[in-house]
Amino acid sequence: MSGRLASIAKPVVAPLVLVAIWEVLSRSGRVSATILPAPSSVAVCFWHYLVPLRPYEPSQGSRLAWLVSGELPQDAAGSLYRVLVGFSIGAGLALPLGLLMGAKESINEILNPLLQVLRPIPPIAFIPLAILWFGLGNPPAFFLISLGAFFPVLINTVAGVRNVDGIYLRAARNLGARGGTLFWRVILPAATPQILTGARVGVGVAFIVVIVAEMTAVDRGLGYRILEAREYFWSDKIIAGMVSIGLAGLGIDAGMSRLNRWLLRWHRGMEN
Amino acid sequence: MAIAEVRTEFALAIRGLRKVFATGGRHVVALDGIDLEIAAGELVCLVGPSGCGKSTLLNVIAGFCPPTGGTILANGAEVTGPGPDRAMVFQEYALFPWMTIAANVAFGLEMKRELRWRIRSRVEALLRQLGLWEFSDHFPKDLSGGMRQRVAIARVLAIDPPVLLMDEPFGALDALTRQRLQDELLRIWAELGKTIVFVTHSIEEAIYLADRVLVMTYRPGTVKRAIRIALPRPRDPLSSEFNALKRTVSQLVLEEQVRYERAEMGGAVSCGGSERRW
Repeated sequence: MSGRLASIAKPVVAPLVLVAIWEVLSRSGRVSATILPAPSSVAVCFWHYLVPLRPYEPSQGSRLAWLVSGELPQDAAGSLYRVLVGFSIGAGLALPLGLLMGAKESINEILNPLLQVLRPIPPIAFIPLAILWFGLGNPPAFFLISLGAFFPVLINTVAGVRNVDGIYLRAARNLGARGGTLFWRVILPAATPQILTGARVGVGVAFIVVIVAEMTAVDRGLGYRILEAREYFWSDKIIAGMVSIGLAGLGIDAGMSRLNRWLLRWHRGMEN
Repeated sequence: MAIAEVRTEFALAIRGLRKVFATGGRHVVALDGIDLEIAAGELVCLVGPSGCGKSTLLNVIAGFCPPTGGTILANGAEVTGPGPDRAMVFQEYALFPWMTIAANVAFGLEMKRELRWRIRSRVEALLRQLGLWEFSDHFPKDLSGGMRQRVAIARVLAIDPPVLLMDEPFGALDALTRQRLQDELLRIWAELGKTIVFVTHSIEEAIYLADRVLVMTYRPGTVKRAIRIALPRPRDPLSSEFNALKRTVSQLVLEEQVRYERAEMGGAVSCGGSERRW
């Protein structure tokens, strides 16, 4: 019994102690509430950020729409939407290009130098150009996020296709597979684990980029909200926003991890 | 005309086969001057020390790499690449891990563009025959080594190749599983009349299975001696005849093993030489 209790208690001890020290420190008056608000006031702020702004009115629409009409659900949905669209564009371009580059050495030789020059430029460095080209709002965010997702997916797809274990190719050719069939039925599935690794990294980058993009080019979303809170010195809201960003990132990663597990249910070391 | 008739008797006819690998400016003659005829329905085992080129010979017959010289006729036609008339069973099973057992076995038939229902019934028959039916929806990772190799055998039997090439197929299995699969292979072979070329490290396995054991020389690989095994099946590995054969074959392999070890020691010395650069 004590073993089970300990296994539950262990991971929460450090955070609880940290929050307790923080609470004491903030309440003691040694640190100004603007610099470091108490965790309790952050929690209150988080609640206000989460719940609907106005009481429910049946004439305004469904209950569900009212429930998510708070600032936080709206911001989070906007940010996730931008990640989804941007990632889809970036990965949607990177995947076919990566498959082509992995399969055809000649294409790889032509494109690889160019991509190696562009790759080290952080997507964030494209912000000025993105605003110049696409103005403000969603379009520059889509551009930046797709750029951030593009390279991890591309690099891993190329490597995944090129590193397919030769024994699968020999076995497949021996059984009569040729050309396109060999590619779609053997090379692509064999490369899937690494392509998905790239996708997971790409989503992570996309999430970083969306926050930065919202801080500069968009006037909505989780990233915008914490910058806006700073304008008013609402430090409790800044921290509440940061917590929300962390939770959203956690949610995205958990979703990707579940998708991975389902797609790779055949993979060794992927036992439920 | 007469020559052509002679040829058709053989499932495999190899003439003056030579295979040279060029690695880092060095030429390694893996196979040299191999002349070999394997009759249809014959079970031939290749034994020899590491580096004697027995796996290379199998790969060249399979068409995975072209010979440097000489010709291979398989079922009367010259080998120019891999083909479903010479199906390979690998030591590492080489099952497609993303496909279920049934999909693995169906793969070769799908490549042949067989009809759907025909594929399904053929796959079911094979899986039942090899005791794999209950695993048909599992992925390879769920199966033991012996079961996986059964699937690999079912996968090549599905396309009904006249020649089976087996590259140390039971090398990674425990002794008991190995014995069971050897007997199963003999049963399949007797039933279907396949020509089998079987590479193994185990002299006992070779004598247990083969109509003819070919002992290969260490680099360059040639056929040192062909020994016909006339013992009736099922063979008793404890019988005196079996052990007499084992002694003969072991002696021949040992001679080549000594050459192999000497060459490896030479290699170690050259490694020491390269270390001096540091």
